[in-house]
Amino acid sequence: MLRFLIKRLLLASTTLVAISIVTFLLFFAVPTSPAWVMCGRNCSPERIAQVEQSLGLDQPITTQYTDFVKGVFAGRTFDDAGTIRECDAPCLGYSFRSQEPVTDSLARTLPVTLSIVIGAMVVFLTVGIGLGMLAALRKGSVFDRVAIGASVGFASTQTYTLGGVLLLVLVYSTGILPNPSYTPITENPLAWASGLLLPWITLGLINSALYARLSRAQMIETLTEDFVRTARAKGLPARTVNRRHALRAAITPLVTIAGVDLGSYLGGVVITESVFSLNGIGRAAADAVADLNLPLVMATVLVAAFFIVTMNIIVDMLYAVIDPRVRLG
Amino acid sequence: MTTSTSPAAATVDPEAYLQVRDLRVQFPTEDGLVRAVDGVTFSVRRGQTLGIVGESGSGKSVTSMSILGLHNPDRTKISGEISVGGKNIVGMKEEQIRRLRGKDMAMIFQDPLSALHPYYKVGVQIAEAYKVHHPSASKKAATTRAVEMLDRVGIPQPQRRANQYPHEFSGGMRQRAMIAMALVNDPALLIADEPTTALDVTVQAQILELLEDLQREFQSAIIMITHDLGVVSQVADDVLVMYGGRPVETGSVEQIMKRPQHPYTWGLLASVPSLHGDANVDLVPIKGNPPSLINLPTGCAFNPRCRYAGQNGNRSFSEVPELRSAGEAGHQVACHMSFETRQRLYAEDIAHAGVAQ
Amino acid sequence: MTDLADSTASAATTTVPAREPLLKVEGLTKHFPVRSGGWGKASVVRAVENVSFEVRPGETLGLVGESGCGKTTTGRMLVRLLEPTSGKITFEGEDITRTKGAKLRKLRQDIQIIFQDPYASLNPRHTVGRIVAMPLQVNGIEPPGGVKKRVQELLETVGLNPEHYNRYPHEFSGGQRQRIGIARALALKPKLIVADEPVSALDVSIQAQVVNLLRQLQRDLGLSFVFIAHDLAVVRHFCERIAVMYLGRMVEIGTREQIYEKPAHPYTRALLSAVPDVTRLGSASRIKLEGDVPSPIDPPSGCVFHTRCWKAQEKCSAEAPKLLPNPNGSTSACHFPETGKLF
Repeated sequence: MLRFLIKRLLLASTTLVAISIVTFLLFFAVPTSPAWVMCGRNCSPERIAQVEQSLGLDQPITTQYTDFVKGVFAGRTFDDAGTIRECDAPCLGYSFRSQEPVTDSLARTLPVTLSIVIGAMVVFLTVGIGLGMLAALRKGSVFDRVAIGASVGFASTQTYTLGGVLLLVLVYSTGILPNPSYTPITENPLAWASGLLLPWITLGLINSALYARLSRAQMIETLTEDFVRTARAKGLPARTVNRRHALRAAITPLVTIAGVDLGSYLGGVVITESVFSLNGIGRAAADAVADLNLPLVMATVLVAAFFIVTMNIIVDMLYAVIDPRVRLG
Repeated sequence: MTTSTSPAAATVDPEAYLQVRDLRVQFPTEDGLVRAVDGVTFSVRRGQTLGIVGESGSGKSVTSMSILGLHNPDRTKISGEISVGGKNIVGMKEEQIRRLRGKDMAMIFQDPLSALHPYYKVGVQIAEAYKVHHPSASKKAATTRAVEMLDRVGIPQPQRRANQYPHEFSGGMRQRAMIAMALVNDPALLIADEPTTALDVTVQAQILELLEDLQREFQSAIIMITHDLGVVSQVADDVLVMYGGRPVETGSVEQIMKRPQHPYTWGLLASVPSLHGDANVDLVPIKGNPPSLINLPTGCAFNPRCRYAGQNGNRSFSEVPELRSAGEAGHQVACHMSFETRQRLYAEDIAHAGVAQ
Repeated sequence: MTDLADSTASAATTTVPAREPLLKVEGLTKHFPVRSGGWGKASVVRAVENVSFEVRPGETLGLVGESGCGKTTTGRMLVRLLEPTSGKITFEGEDITRTKGAKLRKLRQDIQIIFQDPYASLNPRHTVGRIVAMPLQVNGIEPPGGVKKRVQELLETVGLNPEHYNRYPHEFSGGQRQRIGIARALALKPKLIVADEPVSALDVSIQAQVVNLLRQLQRDLGLSFVFIAHDLAVVRHFCERIAVMYLGRMVEIGTREQIYEKPAHPYTRALLSAVPDVTRLGSASRIKLEGDVPSPIDPPSGCVFHTRCWKAQEKCSAEAPKLLPNPNGSTSACHFPETGKLF
């Protein structure tokens, strides 16, 4: 177990370093300079050079990269035309656009995305897996057909379509729900929940469809397994057979998919955040790319990569916990 | 016996713990009606073993599944009578059958690795089987009982083994654990579906011996389902040979193995190589392949593979032969040929080949 | 069928001088590295350990033993699907242990393998004609009369309808599929066929059909066989000489009569007496082996069978027995070989 963890953590760090280098290189491969974006069309070449110097873009790429890495682990000092700014580790630099420390903007946007994703996940895991399992147990029934038919419908819907319709119906026309907004859960849990209900439902329903179909297929397959027949031959009631014996085995592969999904969603759900005008990390990343805002691009890319890599390790370890046959090594 | 109007019913022993009368099991499918079991009658007393022999698709496994009521009631048409300890379970409510399952009748399967749940410890799985029929028993009592059973079926260090998962057991140990689980509630009827097919011969010998041992101790009625005539001849008192969902021959193990009457039984015996006799004689295989249960040949289902079909005019192809006395008491065969013809053919063609030697 | 057979059989006897073994295996060993335990301690599975035997032209050798005894691994090494850890394989007087490239391809024409699972070993997307023709095409062989004619001949030889040339494997039954596998193995006119459990996946009534076919091919074409099986009765029916393996070692080798009537090694006896036999009704006197086969990662000291042997003495756990000739004529690795008839 320990050996496995060390091995995987080493691999994960290498991955993150590689991703940061690639991001850096890609950034400089773009033919426009951030200075152009910031300064506007009628900027004189002198002004541009000045801006580039203040952003540190006049240094060679290697220096910029080592400075960035040094900042992450040891902190760094910025000298912006005489103004000295101390940036403590972990320093991800200052946003080119707002001059706000990148760590601050992560601290502001990450909780928003986290709240959206966790809530949506609860919806799609319970609704999706619940529906899928019930459909599998009543395979071929009206319920099964309706549930699977609906899931095909939802799966082919896009977030902006469903989100837009829900906004129109539940917020603008009827006012049943407040306009989506983010309130920290520590401040007012009720406002937190009611403000995020709509994105939860939207993201939740669309993903439920996928999970319903996956879990139905898994469950149907598991129900034909020999050990399920053994459980019935023991005289266990159908409910015990389905829950203790079939469900437990059917759900294992779903853990992988849910874990990987969680990892990728935590890096930002751009469309959901945009549709409901929530300032999550996904939107911050999209804006940073449009603005050529290197420090923020680096930060959001690394955060997204970090979640994916971490969730992969967690999923593999969970697998070993669920299935005793799996040995890590 | 031959005067009975319903020859099949004659074989049911009214004293027997399990009595199956004219069992028919059918599955409607898109391709047509599958007659998986088509009129089977047999009985097993406590302390006795019935061997059911047949190839894949002979209906032997479906028969056992319907005795435990494990078929899907929505997709199965079942008729006839299955009396377990005096209770007819055909038409019984699922909840009532469930209470019998694992308690009055239990089953062990071919592949113990896939038949045991991979995520639960062996002891837990056995304790669960005990607890479901002894709801008042404490968890501790159920676990103690599980360890006791593991010990009884010859698993060394049962305490430690109960805490292991099935994949940590060897094939033979897994099948022992499976037997422990089946016998945890002292069932009067045990159905063993190819219990040793997946095992090596020396392990098979251990398991068969264990089953005999336990049968002596608990006086269980055992149904041994297998394609292996060697296994049957070793453990069975009576034998039922099935083909295409129908019984073709039934009798004592001595009658079936030493004086077989049906050409299919002959075929099975003459096609199995033996450890004795002349190894240089060619086997006498049964030509062709087992039939599809959706589209059984008309008349005798065995007729396309039978070397002697057509001996009695057109009857092999038009008339389903019924089980009739084959001469000795308790020995019945479903074949159109006369007793004398069968005697002659057996001596001429079969007696020298395979294990029939 | 018979005239084709005669020519091949005589060819086989003329190319190799009589008594010269076709295949000679000396000290064949295969170890698989594995990791075990939380920290992944490296260890080896001793799958095959110092196995030696010979197969003469036209001879059928049976390799028997229970699962994990190394018989399949041995077979795979013979056809060079696995690289031996050590030991030497000689075919027609030539060392083929490490043969590579074009020479290996040539060798593969002479030594063919038939697998257990007729379902898995045929490509479901290819027609039977293509499957059987594949070895010819891969080796760039243009038989007289064309590939199609040769394939149809082969199909006929194995008892299939040559007109079914264009059908797919799923249109055939299990027994017929195994016949396709046999036809493919015969395509290059091999001298030796390694048959790995060729009938154990088949229904009883079908097994006999395939066993009879193999016997007929062996007789008619003068082929040599290494026949790997766990079913001792099938092996007795097909093989003239039998080698018994236990835990990667060869414990006894001898003729059919020696092995089946007067086996010398206690394990051979136990194995034979464990086979349920129709001719012995009821639970006849069986030699009962206790416990399971030990792990090949950590085999017992001395004679590997001593942990389950009823005759074991101190010497057995201390000293590994050598393969030596017995009074019954067989060769076995036992300090205290049995004498006398088995049944």
